[in-house]
Amino acid sequence: MWDWNEFPEISRTDLRDLKKGLDSAFKDFTRAWGDTIEGFFNPLLKFLVWFEKLLISTPWPVMMLIIAVLVWLGSRSWPLVVGALVSLWLVGYLGMWENTMYTLALISVATLVCIIIGIPFGIWMAKSNRVQAIVTPILDIMQTIPAFVYLIPIMLLLGIGKVPGLIAVCIYAIPPVVRLTNLGIRLVDKDVLEAADAFGASPHQKLWTVQMPLALPNIFAGINQTIMMALAMVVVAALIGVRGLGLEVLKAVNNQYITLGFMNGMAIVAIAIIFDRVSQKYGKRLQKHSEVIHG
Amino acid sequence: MASHGIEVKDLFKIFGPNGEKYVEAVKNGMSKTELNEQHGHVLGLKDINISMPAGKIQVVMGLSGSGKSTLIRHINRLIEPTAGAVLYEGDDVCQMSKSELLEFRRHKTAMVFQKFALLPHRTVIENTVYGLEIQGVDKGEASKRARRWIDRVGLDGFENHYPNQLSGGMQQRVGLARALTNDADILLMDEAFSALDPLIRSDMQAVLLDIQAELQKTIVFITHDLDEALRLGDQIAILRDGEVIQQGSGQEIVLNPADGYITDFVKEVNRGRVISVGTIMADTPFDSSINIELLPDDKLEIAAKAMTEQEETRANVRDSTGKLVGSLRLKDTISAMVTPESP
Repeated sequence: MWDWNEFPEISRTDLRDLKKGLDSAFKDFTRAWGDTIEGFFNPLLKFLVWFEKLLISTPWPVMMLIIAVLVWLGSRSWPLVVGALVSLWLVGYLGMWENTMYTLALISVATLVCIIIGIPFGIWMAKSNRVQAIVTPILDIMQTIPAFVYLIPIMLLLGIGKVPGLIAVCIYAIPPVVRLTNLGIRLVDKDVLEAADAFGASPHQKLWTVQMPLALPNIFAGINQTIMMALAMVVVAALIGVRGLGLEVLKAVNNQYITLGFMNGMAIVAIAIIFDRVSQKYGKRLQKHSEVIHG
Repeated sequence: MASHGIEVKDLFKIFGPNGEKYVEAVKNGMSKTELNEQHGHVLGLKDINISMPAGKIQVVMGLSGSGKSTLIRHINRLIEPTAGAVLYEGDDVCQMSKSELLEFRRHKTAMVFQKFALLPHRTVIENTVYGLEIQGVDKGEASKRARRWIDRVGLDGFENHYPNQLSGGMQQRVGLARALTNDADILLMDEAFSALDPLIRSDMQAVLLDIQAELQKTIVFITHDLDEALRLGDQIAILRDGEVIQQGSGQEIVLNPADGYITDFVKEVNRGRVISVGTIMADTPFDSSINIELLPDDKLEIAAKAMTEQEETRANVRDSTGKLVGSLRLKDTISAMVTPESP
């Protein structure tokens, strides 16, 4: 007879064995492969460290100038340049310059990694319905699973430090760029694709002369979202030893320092807004052909 | 470059997962409705045989759903046939390998589309060089050749405009320039002028005829408009429900419609512009006192105009070698221009 109040659970011992078995299997895997995997990520670590040092060793006025030039090149908007400079100056004046540079370095490298991996994946998804069917749920998992859950295996595998932090950020931040690359390519006008076919374009030529250029606005929206999500992860990354604004926020939480928390939080917001506005304006400028419409 | 004709042979297209399975059944007379309702397949084209003449304009005419756009896409195999062959220079387009097909599309064909299908992110000149770019032609050479055709279609000065800065008529000129720049023997035009205003359409038809007089390409022109078909077509095929129901010259179709469907079609046609003097003239010329002379290829409209302007009722017909071959009376001319009452 079934007891309807009692769920037919797996027995406690079986469950314990299952958990133990999986855990120890993963630990064995870590012992066997940990060094190899760490070695694999070593170039990434070196690059991140180099980039952090570069940002921190650059004198602040030079850094402000570089950022001002980049903002101008991206957005062609003076108000945005002024806004970026004022907020950076405030961040520096309130003693957060160095941490901001750490965070900037992490976000830049994470975004770069996401773009380098994400765009090819998006293209692959757009080319094959099967790949799309397989990758979509994986992206769903990456976006919704609580970050702490995958911090455990990452920490076991790679310990505490910059690279595990970077990986954790990328896992959370990569889905938008993959999704929107896929979507952008799939939304390209069928008539235009047919014309490319009629002129004998190979799949490769079609991708680079038609699909990618026309998908660019969507891809840019994806990159923009990726940057925003990477910034949202800096506090979580701080949990496994990434320096920067996130770590300060964490300290503030642990010690109930309201002002410290808000100051560093607002610095993150400032970076986010600068990145967001610049990348949006840049994405719009790429679309200059859609601006003037015949009346 | 000498043009070659295109032979469409026993071509069938059945849309659906197992099209091949039903070819035999359709050959044995299964109807479009039966195929659709009982087997869930759609009959696109049924037993098409058209011999498209080299260096001429072949018009394929039909209403929407007749299969004409499907047919033109078989010539460069944008649509895979279910059965049959499309022969060009002795090669069957339907049997070509992927790479052969790409080469064929790059060098032998160019296409103009109903909705223009320009690349919206590229300027006029960048659109026009597209075919050459795909072929791998050097940039300088490509833009030199493109400029020539941009001038020829009357878009001089618009090279750096984006498509959506241009009107429909101008966009289709870009489409035409893009196709002509490809310098291919076959020009496929899928309802190329259907989306344009009547005046602009007539303009574009004139541009096309003008260019064709110079280039003599093998043009396949799809349209749903009989007037356009009669104006452009050296040869016309009429399609209905995926079948060719009549083919021939415009004059043949107007004078001898194969069935009631075509009769209805040709009722509204201006016969004076379709029927030529040679078709209705009497074999015996009048004496040489008649001072109006016509060519056998002149259309009745011209003959009637010539006679009424000079207040004459008779004309002689002299062929291009200068020999008198026949004669024409005004009253016969007028009565041939009037659409006969339907029985």
